[in-house]
Amino acid sequence: MRIPYLWLLILLPVKLFAGELTGYVALDNRLFFEEPQFDEQRSNNAVSFVVEPEYYHVSKDEKDTITFRPFVRYDYYDSHRTHVDFRQFDWLHVGGDWELRAGFSKVFWGVAESNHLIDIINQTDVIEDIDGEDKFGQPMVQYAMLKDWGTLRLYYLPYFRERIFASQDGRLRSGQLVEYNDPIYDNGAKEWHPSFAARYENVLGDWDVGIGHFSGVGRDPRFQIVSNVYVPVYDVIEQSSVDLQLTTDSWLWKFEAIGRSGQGDRFYATVFGGEYTLYSLFESDLDLGLISEYSYDGRDENTPATVLDNDIFFGSRLTFNYSSDTEMLAGIFFDDQTQATSYAFEMSTRYGNRWKLELDVRIYGDAEVGTIEAGLEKDSHAQLRIARYF
Amino acid sequence: MNKFYLAFLFSALSVSSYARTAEEILKKNISDEQKGREIYIELDERDLGFGDMEVNVSMVLRNAQGQEIVKKQKNKVLEIEDSSVGDKSLIVFNEPRDVKGTAFLTFSKILEADDQWLYLPALKRVKRIASRNKSGPFVGSEFAYEDMSSQEVDKYTYKYIKNEKCGNMECFVVERFPAYQYSGYTKQVTWVDTKEFRPIKIDFYDRKSELLKTMEFLDYKQYLGRYWRADKFTMVNHQNGKSTEILWSNYKFRVGLKDNYFTKGNLKRVK
Repeated sequence: MRIPYLWLLILLPVKLFAGELTGYVALDNRLFFEEPQFDEQRSNNAVSFVVEPEYYHVSKDEKDTITFRPFVRYDYYDSHRTHVDFRQFDWLHVGGDWELRAGFSKVFWGVAESNHLIDIINQTDVIEDIDGEDKFGQPMVQYAMLKDWGTLRLYYLPYFRERIFASQDGRLRSGQLVEYNDPIYDNGAKEWHPSFAARYENVLGDWDVGIGHFSGVGRDPRFQIVSNVYVPVYDVIEQSSVDLQLTTDSWLWKFEAIGRSGQGDRFYATVFGGEYTLYSLFESDLDLGLISEYSYDGRDENTPATVLDNDIFFGSRLTFNYSSDTEMLAGIFFDDQTQATSYAFEMSTRYGNRWKLELDVRIYGDAEVGTIEAGLEKDSHAQLRIARYF
Repeated sequence: MNKFYLAFLFSALSVSSYARTAEEILKKNISDEQKGREIYIELDERDLGFGDMEVNVSMVLRNAQGQEIVKKQKNKVLEIEDSSVGDKSLIVFNEPRDVKGTAFLTFSKILEADDQWLYLPALKRVKRIASRNKSGPFVGSEFAYEDMSSQEVDKYTYKYIKNEKCGNMECFVVERFPAYQYSGYTKQVTWVDTKEFRPIKIDFYDRKSELLKTMEFLDYKQYLGRYWRADKFTMVNHQNGKSTEILWSNYKFRVGLKDNYFTKGNLKRVK
């Protein structure tokens, strides 16, 4: 996004005195295990620096809250990865059984662990990480009704945030560089084309149910080759979604599905699976969660490609229940069609009250030429984050 | 609304007319099991009608070497009058800073797993979580979830043992046995003061019937002229040498929290 908001950061210290300032600074060290696949890519060791402060102020009657959470990453090698964003900069007003939120904000939809299929409000910050969990702040007005019959949220999204892609020096990209600064839109208003969304959710005993619809600029682009470079193409889409979770003693059963039109033929996609928790493993305080999920996507070539088109995920989550909140996650993605396999391992622990250590390891196996997975073949890496919270 | 108000009045009236003394319970010609239960019914009834409350919580976690971690949170509780279900509670974490804003919503149950939702502020995600395991540590402390959840009469069976001195008070000693299938305990030996019916001390026995932990309730204060709350809980684990201290401060009763505050939809906006 090209609104020059860096100068706004200068205003930050002025406002600090009234509310509460928290957040973290972190040093990320990514170590790639292999030499890069593409000539221009640099370095097997990428160091970068992150700061994400949060300032918030709550009015005396607790009806109004202002939250300001800028995000800054400085990356030594990949100039595109050096970026600034308003992860959140919004005002929330709470009435009795309604609320109104306006500003840059983030919204999450969904229940699954391995695939955030129905999550659509925010643009994904793929340059942060390719797991789809980092998002750009989305300008929005959100009105919510919290009633006996459930919660209904209505979203007006006046501005579209474009995706950012790695520079030629950067790792974790496809072979084709993406010229993302001047994308193609299939609508006249381009990034000012308004999007609308609605979501209803309710809890019915052991069931958590959600139904949603999104109408507007699809967050994931197709690509067109224009004078030898890849240019993102953003289409206006209609996407309906449903998500269900059944929670029983030790089992979680999860289901998400979408139907989308506006890109090629109307298509459907789903992710579903279960999570079983083994408590107090071997009489210890450890809990082990076993997760299995399957993703299927029926999209054709005229839609943005997805990695999770026909994939099985097996994962396990080990929670230590120590005062350090130590947790480990390990997972395998296996693509039933292309046979591509990838592995993920994540661990996090706190040291003392303020320090946090996070280790992420991603291993990408061999993949068929021409698939998305092929671009990542040489990008298996480990990332160690040392963060200090304040 | 009116119905609720009437029910509330009625229960308040019924409590005062039924309030029993230690002597009345002990001289009854009933079994020790019934005496134990009567003591806990009285304890429960004396605490009825508080409506809703909020309190600041500071937990100090100490390992066997004496190293400390401090966790801070705000608890909000809605009393549910129906004794066949437990209370509703919302916990928002403030420290350590990396979990700031994380929130827990619990609808506690008597003999089943609680309903529990977790809000993760970094992802803006609400997750319904499996909660069968009430015996697991609460945020890595020596308190288990079941030690922290609402205490309801039907969660245990009881046996009155004897009266004995506890500090400068007189206490009932009552054993209680968890009814919940997946409880981490086979038995708890509890001390309840005979004058105000307040829990003073609990010894917890693990699944192998060995002494696991001792909890003490310290520095009681009375609120609204009726409800007793301890300013401090201590829990010592005899098996691993760790301990946790919980300091409760800034108790506020009847702040006007309603049922619609304790909802999944509301989790996203609590601070």
